[in-house]
Amino acid sequence: MSKEREFLWRRLHSLLGVLPVGLFLVFHLSMNFTAVGGEQTYNDSIGMMELIPHPLLLVMEWVIIYIPLMFHAFYGVYIAFTATTNTGRFSTYRNWMFTLQRFTGVFLVVFIAWHIFQTRIQKALGASVEYNMIKDIVDNPLMLAFYIVGILSATFHLSNGLWAFLVSWGITQSPQSQKIATYVTNIIFVILSIAGVVAILSFV
Amino acid sequence: MQLAANTGRMVKVEIIRQDTQGGTSYTQKFEVPYRHGMNVISILMEIQKNPVTADGQKTTPVSWDMNCLEEVCGACSMVINGRPRQSCSTLVDQLTEPIRLEPMKTFPVIRDLQVDRERMFNALKKVKAWVPIDGTYDLGEGPRMPEGKRQWAYELSKCMTCGVCMEACPNVSEKASFIGPAPLSQVRLFNTHPTGAMIKDQRLNAIMGDGGLANCGNSQNCVAACPKGIPLTTSIASLNRAATVQMFRNFFGSDHFVD
Ligand code: SF4
Ligand code: FES
Repeated sequence: MSKEREFLWRRLHSLLGVLPVGLFLVFHLSMNFTAVGGEQTYNDSIGMMELIPHPLLLVMEWVIIYIPLMFHAFYGVYIAFTATTNTGRFSTYRNWMFTLQRFTGVFLVVFIAWHIFQTRIQKALGASVEYNMIKDIVDNPLMLAFYIVGILSATFHLSNGLWAFLVSWGITQSPQSQKIATYVTNIIFVILSIAGVVAILSFV
Repeated sequence: MQLAANTGRMVKVEIIRQDTQGGTSYTQKFEVPYRHGMNVISILMEIQKNPVTADGQKTTPVSWDMNCLEEVCGACSMVINGRPRQSCSTLVDQLTEPIRLEPMKTFPVIRDLQVDRERMFNALKKVKAWVPIDGTYDLGEGPRMPEGKRQWAYELSKCMTCGVCMEACPNVSEKASFIGPAPLSQVRLFNTHPTGAMIKDQRLNAIMGDGGLANCGNSQNCVAACPKGIPLTTSIASLNRAATVQMFRNFFGSDHFVD
């Protein structure tokens, strides 16, 4: 990494976490939520993605998802491992959020890699992504648990990351505004988590 | 003197010691006679007078740093019962025993409780934490500072470079390059000063370098730990906004940067 570029890398890391990665997560969870309407509704809604011409879909996947996600993931792992967590000595709310942000981040790298292998790579190898594929995955209770932890990690990492984004770009400065942002991002966490968990449970 | 106020009570102390820089650390236990109103430094002075461990072994006196003895110089900071704070203003009566003393390991340990805070002083140089007034001729009086601003700035100026916020910060350590909260808040202080603001772009660009402002991870431990109540996280967030503007200004701006 070239000299005196760290500021830009860190700001880029913060930005990409919200746009496009965070936005994509919200879109992804919304698509999953259609599973609540049953097999047909789910298959119909993800079938809409197939309407996008394949080469364009590939470009979109790389530009909107893979490249930003990989940068955010790998740079994030570097950030996580340069920290020395100390919640034992400073057990404040914010310090716990700091630590959880790093733990969920590292866990998500593993979870998302596995998730992409189980779905997108299988699709590239000829499998078809549809209701039954997910149903087969979460038929295994261990996999279901792994997915639930993965979903909760992702919703936490996004909502808490949004709070940090507001500070890192200098939007919320006063302690009061940071406190309100904590409430708002907690509400976002709860809503996304309920949507995510309800969706995965409707495959069981 | 010790006899005059002897109450018979002994204070139990555990100290993490280290003989040389980079050497291995070990724990020693001591018991010192209690005196009314004792602070942590008076414990260390007792040990210096009589360097014998709790189990009767003769040892070397424990070494530590101190100067003002009134919580304004910052030299005597150490980790007391798990919290970084000043040993001069920490009273034995407010502590649970055994009192555990450790050096602030985020800095290189010179010996026992003595640490080298040089990285903080280097950081202050890097960010030009001063008001530039030298010229080849008399520069005359600077602009006046509004009284309200002066009172606010006084709070930020109370920083004594003690290193407590650095010890509390999970992102400041020998394995990371982060400059830490204290020097960042000093940038906000000197960028607010009417004369200091004349080089505010230089200070902002300095903290937008490697290991700078963006390495803050918002654990907010610093503001909870600072003995002077300095609003470090507000300073950091405010600098974040200034840096956002400076970033665009550096790229899109014209040929001068100050204002
Ligand atoms: S900001 Fe507070 S804790 Fe940090 S060095 Fe200054 S006085 Fe010490
Ligand atoms: S000796 Fe100066 S702060 Fe304690």
